[in-house]
Amino acid sequence: MQKSTETVRDCTVSLLRGGSGPPLLFLHGAGGGGIELPFMTRLAERYDLIAPEHPGFGGSDEPDWFDNIHDVAYFYLDFLDHLDLAGVHLAGMSLGGWIAMEVAVRSTARLASLTLVCPAGVHVPGLATGDPFAWSPEETFRQGFHDRAFAEAAIARLPEAVEADDIWLKNRSSFARLAWEPRLHDPHLPKWLHRINVPTHIVWGAHDNILSADHAGAIAGMIPGAGVTVVPEAGHFLHIEKADALAAAIDAHVNGG
Amino acid sequence: MKVFFFHLMPYAEVDLDEVRKVGTSWVKLSNRHYDPEKGAMLYERYLNQLERAEELGFDGIGVNEHHQTAYGMMPSPIVMASSLARRTHRVKICILGSALPLRQHPLTLAEEHAMIDTLTRGRLITGFVRGIGAEYHVFGVDPTSSHERFHEAHDLIIRAWTETGPFEFSGKHYKHRYVNTWPRPYQQPHPPVWIPSQGSQETIDFAAHPDRRYTYLQTFSPAAAVKKYLDLYRVRAQEYGYIANDSQLGWAVPIYVGETDESAVAEAKPHFENFRNCFARMPIEFLLPPGYTSRASMKRIAAAKKSMFGDLAIEPAMEMGMMVCGSAATVRDRMIDYYGDMGFGNLIALLQFGTLPAELTDANMDRFASGVMPALQALGERPVGQRRVA
Repeated sequence: MQKSTETVRDCTVSLLRGGSGPPLLFLHGAGGGGIELPFMTRLAERYDLIAPEHPGFGGSDEPDWFDNIHDVAYFYLDFLDHLDLAGVHLAGMSLGGWIAMEVAVRSTARLASLTLVCPAGVHVPGLATGDPFAWSPEETFRQGFHDRAFAEAAIARLPEAVEADDIWLKNRSSFARLAWEPRLHDPHLPKWLHRINVPTHIVWGAHDNILSADHAGAIAGMIPGAGVTVVPEAGHFLHIEKADALAAAIDAHVNGG
Repeated sequence: MKVFFFHLMPYAEVDLDEVRKVGTSWVKLSNRHYDPEKGAMLYERYLNQLERAEELGFDGIGVNEHHQTAYGMMPSPIVMASSLARRTHRVKICILGSALPLRQHPLTLAEEHAMIDTLTRGRLITGFVRGIGAEYHVFGVDPTSSHERFHEAHDLIIRAWTETGPFEFSGKHYKHRYVNTWPRPYQQPHPPVWIPSQGSQETIDFAAHPDRRYTYLQTFSPAAAVKKYLDLYRVRAQEYGYIANDSQLGWAVPIYVGETDESAVAEAKPHFENFRNCFARMPIEFLLPPGYTSRASMKRIAAAKKSMFGDLAIEPAMEMGMMVCGSAATVRDRMIDYYGDMGFGNLIALLQFGTLPAELTDANMDRFASGVMPALQALGERPVGQRRVA
């Protein structure tokens, strides 16, 4: 995939784009984007995969209007207008899944389908959630991966003081702007999820310690016709530890399963 | 120099092993470790100490605000200051400070401080702070908005105290159709404002501004850092076109006075180390949530993580001037030297810290009040010309 930038109404975002086929817009989670992960390489074999870094994240601008999740949703509607894409398959993971839902309740005019990978955004009373804002980077990996080997490998790759890394600080601050309060959700979102009128599928890791897999069924119940795939032996970071299974689940849904 | 007796009111009866196990006394330490009977006993003891400070000749007494922690049992300094208002008659009462951004409606703070100022016929010294990082977890206030909320709440409160109401206030974070505070403050135009801080250029720029000239307090820092930040204030004042008075500067520091240098260190050691290494301890995710401070500061602090978040014994703390401890003569000479070096016009003495028990606190207060304080209070403001910074 190639790195490039797009400027939409004075906001420049960095993005990875590659492959050919129908457009598939992937929205990254709170840890940030900008890196071609194996599941993306797989998807780029069959799709025109577009993976921007959200405003406020990575190499993208931090615009003055960046106050809440709704601002980001409207930005992506502008982004789709700017690229003049139609029939877009929208997929998002965690924070990106939340943004994808906020986009879709506002307009599905340019969308063909929606795939939500362990999305944040919906608070379901009684279901277990973790608090990534209370965790060290090490703890976040231990909670995020089901497979200890992945967690320990990720921890081993951490720089000496990751908290002093510019991109880490930027992503973390923007994540807080969007998700600190209310923690990881928009209390008004469930009221409007019924508006999503494109085929929707929800993928979740069976052992997600950040947002328990029980959320999958609860959210599916709010979106007309939504299906669910629970990936066994996977945690919240299934996009890394179950890259093939995730790519296959997105592909199966987008191709009409 | 003016000398103030400041209290944090720690829950000194806390199970320290439990704090070590949880890793912090903040937010995550369950309140099942709090005993209401012991809490009542400690409140009574601490308030008695604050009231006795007036008899001992202190110029003022101080309280502050912390939430969900054994570090300090004052989620509302308003309650403590109100209680002290009716039991004291001469001393200044300092709220050091109220955490502006944590309030949903900072106008309530303008009202409460005006009430205390009126109750005491003008003995209130108001302090404004942002609240520490952990408290942004407590109240669910977005830490990335902390500075904005602080400045907006500050403007709202000062306008509520000084402008004729009713008027409308429309900010990004706070919106009031009607601002018309009753009572207005007793002191005109408003109570003195102090700004306690761990040290930042932005805070110093704000406090030193000629429109404000707020007293800047450097809290619990090594002496070298205190000097650096107080000098920064003076330099900034000069750049603004005026010479700062010593009375615009203060230092908050734990102090313990014993019979001898040796007995002082022996008596203070376990309690100071509990204060520093148990009560004050918290992980970086709680001390500095995302966006709470500038990225440049975050980078500096994260790079120094090991030394900042490690244990500190009393001996190196004394060496660095983070704690002043010794016989009355030693402490007096040390403080006079520090004053000569730094020129703070206000000393905020923390004479109870951590688990320091009642008897030792009382003895510390007595020795400090008789053997140290008179010499400090006799230090007048030096001629302003001498304080010019190169």
